[in-house]
Amino acid sequence: MIKFQEVTKIFPTNSPNGYPTTALDNISFEIKPKEFVSIVGRSGAGKTTLLRLLMAEEKPTRGQVFIDGLDIHKIKPGKLPAVRRRIGAVFQDYKLLPSKTAYENVAYVMEVIGADDLEIARDVPEVIEIVGLTERTNNFPVELSGGEKQRLSIARALIHRPEVILADEPTGNLDPYNTSDIIRLLLKIHELGTTVVLSTHNKEIINKLGKRVITLENGKIIRDEEEGRFIL
Amino acid sequence: MTMTILLATSLFLFKDISQILISAIREKADISVYFKTAAQEEDILNIQGELSKIPEVKDVEYVSKEKALEDFIQRHKDNQVLMGSLEEVGGNPFLAALNVRAFEASQYQAVVNFLDATLEPVYQNLIEKVDYYQRKPVIERIFALTSGAGKVGISLSIVLAIVAILVAFNTIRLAILNQAEEIKIQRLVGASNWFIRGPFLVQGAISGIISTLISLLIFALICWFLGPKIEFLFSGLNVWKFFTGNFFTIILIQLSTGILLGAISSSIAIRKYLKV
Repeated sequence: MIKFQEVTKIFPTNSPNGYPTTALDNISFEIKPKEFVSIVGRSGAGKTTLLRLLMAEEKPTRGQVFIDGLDIHKIKPGKLPAVRRRIGAVFQDYKLLPSKTAYENVAYVMEVIGADDLEIARDVPEVIEIVGLTERTNNFPVELSGGEKQRLSIARALIHRPEVILADEPTGNLDPYNTSDIIRLLLKIHELGTTVVLSTHNKEIINKLGKRVITLENGKIIRDEEEGRFIL
Repeated sequence: MTMTILLATSLFLFKDISQILISAIREKADISVYFKTAAQEEDILNIQGELSKIPEVKDVEYVSKEKALEDFIQRHKDNQVLMGSLEEVGGNPFLAALNVRAFEASQYQAVVNFLDATLEPVYQNLIEKVDYYQRKPVIERIFALTSGAGKVGISLSIVLAIVAILVAFNTIRLAILNQAEEIKIQRLVGASNWFIRGPFLVQGAISGIISTLISLLIFALICWFLGPKIEFLFSGLNVWKFFTGNFFTIILIQLSTGILLGAISSSIAIRKYLKV
């Protein structure tokens, strides 16, 4: 379903020392539909760059990224939104809209993709219930705890029924209790048939999951194992 | 933006006013060809015929010696000094003349050229003087003034349009930067380009419409206040009547200027700051 083919990403001027930084170095791997894949590595290993390439937020310096055989960096800019609608993204810093309530934050995504009011009224409460935030429907993000915010951002990523969920260190800001909550939620989503790509540097989570693990170091894949463990 | 719209409307108004002024001046501006005392009426009428054939000439009026004297007495009969001097001179001191009127102020040169070059020498010798050369500076100044005022108006509105575009551009730029986070999220959830850009374009157009309303109000007030005063200066020119008479044309000019400026500036800002 997802395929990275000899992908290299070099940031020419963004590095503080003025030299080009190689974030990803000739990476190739494939993710099958309905797979749960964890991407692990130290900070700066290239995890976030990898996910950003998958969202077409960045262009690779060399190589190609395919989703269902479609090179997402070769398609016309006008077609990009359609590709992004197949992906749901969850971030470490939640990226919720502070001026909108929990309900509105989720409903907003449906408005963006052009859903009608009936669909919104039907789907939003359902998804909010899945992530266990029914009581918080009318609260603003600032009134939610870190765990609740992250559950809300998962609800937002789920609402348009994407084929893939990309979670970029979703538990980075959370305590262990909330962390296992979020992981349970991601596993539940995966069981319902969604491909999940999780990037994390939480050793405990990875060792408990028993799913495929891709380990990155200095922009290179050093390990790719089914039922992998966190080894750095 | 309001200023630009006001200026664009004023240009429209100015065009009309200057048309009235120019036609008024044109009615007055003509050139007179005076003939020597020896010239026969028959020859003068021949020359009149020749002049009428020039395409630029609107009409040619023949004023005989007697008619000129009559007109002078008629005009100045109450002026003792002038009447006294006329008696002193004795006889008829006036010359027969042809008053030539062209369609446009710039065409008098063609008439003069005809008199100087094309006309047969026999007839040329009959001409005492052509008073075009005395009036030439006046005619040319009026001509330069009307075309110059138009040029100044157009260049001023271009400058103001650029200023308006820059101001609106900056407003939209700030709005885009202000909503950077929201735009980023829109992009990530797969909003189409027009879903993101649309509101900013509409915002630009709305600011254009608001400017239009403001300038329409200002313009109406100006016309209403100055209408009677301008009519006093130039009879037959009532700007308030002109405003009400051309209300829809003016609204159309103002709206299209406003919306165009707003849309242009927001689309420039979107292109520059909104990478979707």
